[in-house]
Amino acid sequence: MARIVLDRNRCKACYLCIDACPNKVLCVDDNVNNLGYYPVKIDIEKNCVGCAMCARVCPDMAIEKVYK
Amino acid sequence: MEQLVYKRPESIKEDFKIPFCPGCDHGVAVRLVAEVLDELGLREKTIGVASVGCSVCSYDIFNVDIVEAQHGRSMAVATGIKRSKPDKIVFTYQGDGDLASIGIAETIHAMARGEKITTICINNTTYGMTGGQAGPTTLLGQVTTTTVNGRNSETSGFPLKISELLKEIDGVAYVARVSLDSPKSIMNAKKSIKRAFEAQVKGLGTGFVEILSTCPTNWKMTPQQAHERVRGEMSEVFVPGVYKDKVSEAI
Repeated sequence: MARIVLDRNRCKACYLCIDACPNKVLCVDDNVNNLGYYPVKIDIEKNCVGCAMCARVCPDMAIEKVYK
Repeated sequence: MEQLVYKRPESIKEDFKIPFCPGCDHGVAVRLVAEVLDELGLREKTIGVASVGCSVCSYDIFNVDIVEAQHGRSMAVATGIKRSKPDKIVFTYQGDGDLASIGIAETIHAMARGEKITTICINNTTYGMTGGQAGPTTLLGQVTTTTVNGRNSETSGFPLKISELLKEIDGVAYVARVSLDSPKSIMNAKKSIKRAFEAQVKGLGTGFVEILSTCPTNWKMTPQQAHERVRGEMSEVFVPGVYKDKVSEAI
């Protein structure tokens, strides 16, 4: 099953990945991370198809790995 | 069976620090350069030259040797490195304020000499690190801290179109202007960066890529609005495309 590995403490809350994801896998977390931002979190993991769009648009390389 | 389709490039340090503001395209640009170094297998013999500006922190990001040049002098420093160590791959990573303003003489003359260097220029139409002053590429009408009523051509001149200027130089093998506003344009940008490195590997001359980037903090926009601006008024003035390509002809 496709999935992503997310490093929530590198996310700076630009949310470009949420816009880029075609299947609405990601959403905003309610808890702050070490940097003081509200990072993204994985909402509906079963929708992930492993297209890696989120990883390609992330300016902070917060998405470590994408599996398909 | 799971298949790994993406991972962080090995040319990025494991304990890398991204010092850029949220939503800044610099982070994508450094990742693309690192991915290209990985794919071409150049990491062990690459020397980078950082400039003054937001790109100054390259040594915290790239897992290659980085030399820090004086303001605008990256191409001159890269020339020295490449001539003393011709078997190394040398690239410079500069902003538009560094390359097109204080460093335009070094840039043009290094390219006129046909130095085998790859140059990545981040064009965000402003001086990002120092607080958003007007730079050489600031668009007409753009409000910055030094053009508070918008850039006026009578007093501040016109934006400098770097790619159109540099493509005329004979020593340059590859010139392209790309943007990073969507996954598709990011993939195109990676192809262009790869070509610019191939120009150096094949010894054809200088490879130059101008990347239209965002500066959400100084443009006072959200990252999403900043990408809209890149797609809109910035792409009208700075038209993306491949301006010169001796690499494909040589292959």
